[in-house]
Amino acid sequence: MKALRIIPRLDIKGPNLVKGIHLEGLRVLGKPADFAKYYYEEGADELMFMDVVASLYQRNSLHQIITETAKKIFIPITVGGGLRTIQDIKEVLRVGADKVCLNTAAINNPNLIREASRMFGSSTIVVAIEVIKESDGKYLAYTDNGREYTGVDAIEWAQKIDELGAGEIVITSVDREGTGQGYDLELVSKVANLVSIPVIAHGGAGKKEHVVDLLGRGEVSSAMISSIFHYNYINENDSKGSSLEGNVEFLNRKRKFHTFEPCTIMDVKSIMIQNKIECRV
Amino acid sequence: MKNVIIIDYQLGNLFSVKQACDTIGINAKISSDKEDLLNADALILPGVGAFNEAISNLKKLNLDSAIIEKVNLGIPIFGICLGLQLLFTESEEFGAGRGLDLIPGVIKRFPEIYQSRKIRVPQIAWNTIYCSNQNWGESALLEIKNNDFMYFIHSYFVEPQDKNCILTLTNYDGIEFCSAVKFKNIFATQFHPEKSAEKGISIYKNWALINKLI
Repeated sequence: MKALRIIPRLDIKGPNLVKGIHLEGLRVLGKPADFAKYYYEEGADELMFMDVVASLYQRNSLHQIITETAKKIFIPITVGGGLRTIQDIKEVLRVGADKVCLNTAAINNPNLIREASRMFGSSTIVVAIEVIKESDGKYLAYTDNGREYTGVDAIEWAQKIDELGAGEIVITSVDREGTGQGYDLELVSKVANLVSIPVIAHGGAGKKEHVVDLLGRGEVSSAMISSIFHYNYINENDSKGSSLEGNVEFLNRKRKFHTFEPCTIMDVKSIMIQNKIECRV
Repeated sequence: MKNVIIIDYQLGNLFSVKQACDTIGINAKISSDKEDLLNADALILPGVGAFNEAISNLKKLNLDSAIIEKVNLGIPIFGICLGLQLLFTESEEFGAGRGLDLIPGVIKRFPEIYQSRKIRVPQIAWNTIYCSNQNWGESALLEIKNNDFMYFIHSYFVEPQDKNCILTLTNYDGIEFCSAVKFKNIFATQFHPEKSAEKGISIYKNWALINKLI
């Protein structure tokens, strides 16, 4: 069996769950712990927590959120954002993370991948690549949530990450992220066909069919999703009449959801099964 | 109250193992102190990471002999992931060397290519466990059904000499391997029960109940 994973991604800023477009323009959606618990009960295969401002401030501030979550949630938790040293990694693993996700620090110091993989095991080290497609069609890696230009070729970098001993790659299309237009299948294919480790695709899921388009190709191991699950959670909780936290005016209007068809994790897995894509149910 | 030691040899995430124990009321303590191990009523040997590094850390901390001594005395031990592999005789990987040799058998790496297909290593996935030749009803798997999903994250797997100790099998992209063993007082899983949602937690609970730890 080769079951594919559905991984809700929670972008965190301070104490809040946020969501942006192209990793920018963040809006507050609510409390991360509430979303995490809901996704666990709904059958999420893993959770990804990303401190989206950490790199800017050069520190990861998710310790408390991770510990709280890991006490009640018995699925793997990956934590990323602002992790620069072996000590930083050790620290988030100690407070309850199962895997860490590196980006900025890895690209600045590729040796960190090798060192961390040897120390904590390959399977603990996930490396994220934030990719922007240039006008000449070339895919380049960016850092700091797609803000910082590096000039590094994303596809070559993916191969390097594999060689350095990482256990997994998250490939984020910054162009598609938050747009709901579907995954960048060309980008994902290029990376998945080149490397021998599992690849997680991120950026662009706007409806459950996009996940089938991605996973049905049999190239990547997982789909990382945020908007469609987050907006569904907000819709459901709104209909239950509970009060919303976050950017209330935005949340109540729901106008900005129009490019998305929110659904549950179970909805995604049902359509996967209909399309004969193996997953855990 | 029975005391259980979660063996800390400075590799991997012990937090979730401790959390799983706390959730079902196992009195567990994380320790790398040899005396604690020798006084324990039961041991949990977790671990994520490299076999080499793990064995060398266990030796440095003088925990290898303590584990062997306790297991030979018959106290229950629960190995998880790398903890399962450490209980075996040796790794076939170049330079990896010998394990604790409490279960005769070897450790192998997933091939990169199998039947001309690329195998993605590590296996990082939920996968099913199914019956081999033991009865789960008498083991910690008593609430688990054939083909239930468990969470796996590993590049290596074990091959026990005595096939009778194989409790479950799992198939990763065409390659069938041993995913749990029961051998005398040893119970060990390649998957992570503490990361396998409620069903995984039931494995901790039933292991504790069978061994009268709660």
